[in-house]
Amino acid sequence: MYTDKVMDHFMNPRNVGEIENADGIGEVGNIKCGDIMRIYIKVEDNVIADIKFKTFGCGSAIAASSVATEIIMGKTVEDALKVTNKQVIDALGGLPPVKIHCSVLAEQALKAAIYDYATKNNLEFEGLKGYNPVQDHDHHDVVDIEF
Amino acid sequence: MKRIYMDYSATTPVKQEVLEAMLPYFTEHFGNASSIHGYGQDAKRALEASRAIVAGTIGAPADTFYFTGGGSESDNWALKGVMKANTAKGNHLITCKIEHHGILHTCETLEKEGFEVTYLDVDSEGMVSLEALEAAIKPSTVMISIMFINNEIGTMQPIAEIGKIARKHGVIFHTDAVQAFGNVKIDVDELNVDLMSFSAHKIYGPKGIGGLYIRKGIKIQNLIEGGAQERKRRAGTENIPGIVGFAKAAEIANENLDAHIEKLTYLRDRLVKGILESIEYSKYNGHPTLRHPGNVNVCFEFIEGEALLLSLNAKGIAGSSGSACTSGSLDPSHVLMSIGLPHEIAHGSLRLSLGDFNSEEEVDYAVESLVEIVHKLRMMSPLYDKVKGGK
Ligand SMILES: Cc1ncc(COP(=O)(O)O)c(C=O)c1O
Repeated sequence: MYTDKVMDHFMNPRNVGEIENADGIGEVGNIKCGDIMRIYIKVEDNVIADIKFKTFGCGSAIAASSVATEIIMGKTVEDALKVTNKQVIDALGGLPPVKIHCSVLAEQALKAAIYDYATKNNLEFEGLKGYNPVQDHDHHDVVDIEF
Repeated sequence: MKRIYMDYSATTPVKQEVLEAMLPYFTEHFGNASSIHGYGQDAKRALEASRAIVAGTIGAPADTFYFTGGGSESDNWALKGVMKANTAKGNHLITCKIEHHGILHTCETLEKEGFEVTYLDVDSEGMVSLEALEAAIKPSTVMISIMFINNEIGTMQPIAEIGKIARKHGVIFHTDAVQAFGNVKIDVDELNVDLMSFSAHKIYGPKGIGGLYIRKGIKIQNLIEGGAQERKRRAGTENIPGIVGFAKAAEIANENLDAHIEKLTYLRDRLVKGILESIEYSKYNGHPTLRHPGNVNVCFEFIEGEALLLSLNAKGIAGSSGSACTSGSLDPSHVLMSIGLPHEIAHGSLRLSLGDFNSEEEVDYAVESLVEIVHKLRMMSPLYDKVKGGK
């Protein structure tokens, strides 16, 4: 059901952990739905100099977090804000339809971390216009097989 | 890599003797059991011999056992057939919240058609309360359907006592014995059961074949209409290879029942002990003793079940989970919700169901692997560091 890239990022996740004195921390998701993603960023000269994540969730949630940190590392804050869930999906070689929300979650966790950074530093970014930190995340489609 | 199968409650491999018994019925004895000629008569003989064997394993007369396309069909037939044939008595059915969807979705359909269904709660170990059951019976109650053994948490209901209550009130009693058959001694008379559902693929038989026991005198409508097969009660050319395989599997299960239960119980308890002793924040679900001999269901806090299954699979171990992510639905399984687990704990559930081909070494390897995997996933989890407080 998963691509080799998803499995690789799930089994060998990149950038797992925390950043002490992070410049921004974003946490999204919902424990009831079974996925929570937290992203830490360190910003130096307007560039994402370090990024780490912690995720409670299924394999694709962990893989999406991992690949998102890879995409974002080294980008300027503006460019990081342009990263979409589509890029996360592409970098993973695709996700099953019921797991698309995991990529959305990764995009939202990053936005939340940058929002936190911007708020703490009184900065404004074009890419954060209209951003609502409390929006609910995407939901799964419902299928139902039991054995 | 060596692969270890611990998902016997999902399905089982067909045993070699079962396969060998089936093979001639695909080729040499391929006849239609309704045909007059020799080919047909060979098939017919095999059909009736198989019926006698399966019925014999549950202490039932051969002519009370009907072959179906599996457990789901049997559940559908029992509920729809009995409720629709007994509208003169009433329209009320009693079941419980942890039934298989073969029962629950059938009940929902019946409700849409105007029948009334009571869904009994279960306690934190998955047990139905006999008092609540008896109190739910009213003059319009036609039927009670309570599963024998739950497929997820393994809890075994007091079927004989439920049957006694049903009989006392003149109510028909059906039980889904798909997970129980081959794992506990079954005698339909001792258990006071009127209808019982079976499936062959859970007892080392083929998929797509099962059965329904219907006590003589029970009024029931047909579900599958057509030809006059199964004494006019279940249409369709009989799946003779499947039926022969089912009978062989039932016969083997019955002959080895005590040894099977003893072996699985030992392995199960070893697995549970290993897990609970070496992994903190883990919880054993279901009843501690009144349960399927091979069922282990545990929740590991702070991690998610699908990630756990993928990691186990990478180590060659096949299990299953009631987490939302494995079912694709929003909520964890209805069974885990019904025993009162909070969402976040239910998401971390794991079912390892053991069977005849598992060994002690496999169980120990599973424990070792779980220790490693749970640790790795917890180190990634934002919930775990909150508990561990700054560690
Ligand atoms: C308790 C229970 N009932 C019914 C079924 C359905 O049986 P089948 O797969 O033969 O339709 C299963 C297994 O999937 C089960 O575990």
